[in-house]
Amino acid sequence: MINNYLITFLLAVPLAGALLLLLINKDKENLVRYFGLFVSTLAFIISIIIYAGYDSAKGGFQLVEKQMWISNLHISYNVGVDGISLLLVLLTTFLTPLTLLSSWKSINKKVKEFTFFMLLLELGMLGVFVSLDLFLFYIFWEAMLIPMYFIIGIWGGPRRIYASIKFFLFTMFGSLLMLVAIVWLAVYASGTLGHFTTNLVELYSIAPTIPYGIQLWMFLAFALSFAIKVPIFPLHTWLPDAHVEAPTAGSVILAGVLLKMGTYGLLRFCLPLFPQAAIHFAPYISTLAIIGIIYGALVAMVQKDMKKLVAYSSVAHLGFVVLGIFAMTQESVQGAVIQMVNHGLSTGALFLLVGVIYDRMHTRLISDYGGIAKIVPVFATFFMIASLSSIGLPGLNGFVGEFLILLGTFKSPVLDSWWFAGFATSGVIFAAVYLLWLYQRVFFGEVKNPKVNELKDMNKREIFILSAIFVFIIWIGIYPSTFLKISETSTKKVIEQVFSPVNTGSK
Amino acid sequence: MVQLIYLTTLLPLLGFLFNGLFGSKIKNEKIIGIIGSSTIGISFLIVVGAFFQTLSMPVDQRQTIVNLFTWIKVGNLDVNVSYQVDQLSLLMGLIVTGVGFIIHVYSIGYMHGDKGFGRFFAYLNLFIFAMMNLVLGSNFLLLFLGWEGVGLCSYLLIGFWYDRKFEKSTTSDAAKKAFIVNRIGDFGFLLGIFLIYLTFGSLNFNDVFARAASLNIPQYVFNFIALFLFIGAMGKSAQIPLYIWLPDAMAGPTPVSALIHAATMVTAGVYMVARCSIIYASAPAIMEFVAIIGALTAIFAASIALVQNDIKKVLAYSTVSQLGYMFLALGVGAFSAALFHVMTHAFFKALLFLGAGSVIHGMHDEQNIQNYGGLKKYMPKTYVTFLIASLAIAGIPPLSGFFSKDEILWSSYADGNIIYWLIGVVTALLTAFYMFRLVSLTFDGKERFGHDKHPHESPAVMTIPLIILAVLAAVGGFIGIPEIFSGEHGNQFDNWLEPIFQPAQAKIAMFGVHSSLEEIVLMVVTLVGVIGSIYAARYIYIKNIKPAEKLSKRFNGVYNLLLNKYYVDEIYDASVVTPIVKGSEIVLWKFADIKIIDGLINGVANLIEKISGSIRKIQTGVAQFYALIMMLGIVAALFWIILSL
Repeated sequence: MINNYLITFLLAVPLAGALLLLLINKDKENLVRYFGLFVSTLAFIISIIIYAGYDSAKGGFQLVEKQMWISNLHISYNVGVDGISLLLVLLTTFLTPLTLLSSWKSINKKVKEFTFFMLLLELGMLGVFVSLDLFLFYIFWEAMLIPMYFIIGIWGGPRRIYASIKFFLFTMFGSLLMLVAIVWLAVYASGTLGHFTTNLVELYSIAPTIPYGIQLWMFLAFALSFAIKVPIFPLHTWLPDAHVEAPTAGSVILAGVLLKMGTYGLLRFCLPLFPQAAIHFAPYISTLAIIGIIYGALVAMVQKDMKKLVAYSSVAHLGFVVLGIFAMTQESVQGAVIQMVNHGLSTGALFLLVGVIYDRMHTRLISDYGGIAKIVPVFATFFMIASLSSIGLPGLNGFVGEFLILLGTFKSPVLDSWWFAGFATSGVIFAAVYLLWLYQRVFFGEVKNPKVNELKDMNKREIFILSAIFVFIIWIGIYPSTFLKISETSTKKVIEQVFSPVNTGSK
Repeated sequence: MVQLIYLTTLLPLLGFLFNGLFGSKIKNEKIIGIIGSSTIGISFLIVVGAFFQTLSMPVDQRQTIVNLFTWIKVGNLDVNVSYQVDQLSLLMGLIVTGVGFIIHVYSIGYMHGDKGFGRFFAYLNLFIFAMMNLVLGSNFLLLFLGWEGVGLCSYLLIGFWYDRKFEKSTTSDAAKKAFIVNRIGDFGFLLGIFLIYLTFGSLNFNDVFARAASLNIPQYVFNFIALFLFIGAMGKSAQIPLYIWLPDAMAGPTPVSALIHAATMVTAGVYMVARCSIIYASAPAIMEFVAIIGALTAIFAASIALVQNDIKKVLAYSTVSQLGYMFLALGVGAFSAALFHVMTHAFFKALLFLGAGSVIHGMHDEQNIQNYGGLKKYMPKTYVTFLIASLAIAGIPPLSGFFSKDEILWSSYADGNIIYWLIGVVTALLTAFYMFRLVSLTFDGKERFGHDKHPHESPAVMTIPLIILAVLAAVGGFIGIPEIFSGEHGNQFDNWLEPIFQPAQAKIAMFGVHSSLEEIVLMVVTLVGVIGSIYAARYIYIKNIKPAEKLSKRFNGVYNLLLNKYYVDEIYDASVVTPIVKGSEIVLWKFADIKIIDGLINGVANLIEKISGSIRKIQTGVAQFYALIMMLGIVAALFWIILSL
């Protein structure tokens, strides 16, 4: 039964890869690069096998593996995937080799350490998504901070230390409260089940019995931690700094996957574990999400630095995801899940593209460009497609997610007002404003800076990386069923957990 | 043929991919042009085939749904990529592919030698792909896909010469403005779509319209849906207050102005409202609103066109004005008349733009009509076809514009509101005047251009399209001859569309009994006015140029107001654009984000730093080390908590 160990195998690959990497002589930089690429590609292949082995019609946690770890506390090494985590696992293993490939030339100091941390980062991210035990989850959640911290702190820009510490402290602060809540939950479980446990499935079963008053506090403790990670307005100010200072690969992973850990946490823990509290707080969090959508877009609009612009746009995009989760309808939650993937792809692509131009010009200031569409037509085309995907043009991926989220928000039973969806929909205007204005200032008009005349267009490696992402940008746009199907049963289950009769009756 | 209708989107898509991917490598303009045009030509033939096949079907079976695949399916939402072939979509399909094909061919000549030749044809094909999805889609979401797609192509083509200046700004400013103003409309459109789904539980036309006719739904819901959808139409079809993008859209190459910004895309709003006729019929207050906006737009834009000096600007404002006419028709419940005008307008306005293109081409990119004059002897084919189009838009019988405009005027009169009719007639007089001001200044009178210009007639690849369109603009109205002239057969055009609008018409129960004598009297009154208007324009601008100058000096304030387009752009800039941009930068970003939020957090951090100043001595200064200690601390604390339970 190889299936029973598939997920462990998935985790083992980047871990073993990272350890084996230590044996390679650090001067053999190319060998290090190829090895990192090989390991992360292998992880991608395994995640495809996991996808093939997952029965999305059946739903629920599958390919589960459980080993007792600290047996008297019922803490176990318990991993498995459902449709929601599977999509994020696929996103993670898909983006990691691409980011390594994108760093092929731009990372040229401490290549071995860089690859090492990238593989550890992958391990941490995958661990977060596949953990079915809160204790295990928490370890991965925290552990993942370390490689990211180093990636920003060592290979980052001039203010990298400030940014990396800010990133670390922000996220650490939130996590501590979550830890307290986890321990409280485990203790509470011992009162109900007769034994201490951090097993997620067991906790799900006792969730409806948690008193409402306590749910509220528990919810807040978890949600704060996730809200910082997402980030939800007004907890977002670490993000622009972290993005601007991080190397391209770091930004791509940060935007592509790390932020999703926050929204994933909300969906995986906050909603099913504290359903009544989630319903209670839904209008408040949705309001913050909508402020984030509009505020993020407006602030993005006036940025002078391309990367900061894309970073603020993430605040707006993730606002949509959070809104979708807290609208708590099948449409909106499905939309939120697909939008997590979409944001990973389109914002990932935008960061990669900013990286491409930064590698050549060593400036990200919008005012240093202008008129480069003629000089680098391939790059201009790619940037246009990525922008349109981010804007949410129908036919590309972003539209599917935004549409489902907004549609679901409109009919949401917990947000019983059109105002939520009405305001959120105005986000479609602002996204067009900041991206098209950016595009205009960088690509159109006359050349103002003579240096751009020597710009070289994208090379084959860069074209390959972006094309790989564009395949999915178009695929999800035209035939999203492939991906919506994966998570359909799982999102349905989450909504059922929130609205199960016990919950609504016991308030 | 009906079942092959998907080829009319697939072929243009393939053309787009081919020319988009290989266009810049193929240096041969012929190959690019032939591939780009033939995909549209074949599509046109398929639509023609589907038209005749549908025509041969019994009247109550003239709707075929061609289902391709599931697009978005979540919960109860089930949206397919499927096409609805019926009387309305076939009409629009014929216009889009027919006029589209002619303009593609014309472009081979017009764009000759342009560095972006391949890119141009790629975008044009992408436009047809999107536009066909817009008119063929069998549900609101596919309509919206097309809607956004044509908006994108419009954006790309307005900014096609993205390094050029345009008036006071640049072509890319104009392109961005078009996209963003349209997005404001889309915001309304999306709200309308959500509300439709919420109300009817489906986005399929057939389901929604059947339920709209049968279910008992509160009036205010219909009002909201109709209003939101109309906001979308205001953007795409350039109605007050969202018309401001269309005049600037003239920054694009002239074939684009003809195809997208005159004949097809800008009529998408008219199509959409007509498609939803049953919803509008259920929202009389919004119908009234549509009529008012349409009438105001018609006369407002026509007044601006009176004094513009850029040949394309005149035509652009004329387009806005004619679109206003169409919405006036929709608003008074004359859905069929609106579409009739969509069709005739597509012929004569495409022709006017292509003719203008031919003039611009022959005059080496000069666009100011004050610098033209006497061109008819240099470009006779352009002149004759342009004249036919001008007579058609002015509404001289028996040219096409006469019939469609007359039907709209008569409908607004029959609707019982004499003001609509009056505005319509005044607009018709203004239209005749500015068109013949344009014709006179361009083709008649003295030559006012320098010796460096050598006006010449355009090549056959450009003039043949002009001639075909001229024939259509001349005789295209005959399929819609009003009942009083055609007798028992009635209006053929209205008959064809009758099944589509029947449910809505039944609800409105319009057209009280008016004697046919009344119709003829009104027709004659209008006609006399129009002819007078044409003579006035010719008199002023050919025979004696002075009255125009006197007039403009005498009414200097009005003249400047019109010349500066009522300063609407400036007002928008000062009241909307600047406050949002400055507010975002100064208030949101530099104050709220950096000072307040980040400041607060950094303040807390500083406080902690001060407090911990006393234990600073054990600090090593290596940040990584701190992180490690922190991790260890957490793990230790965790175990301590657990073990002490």
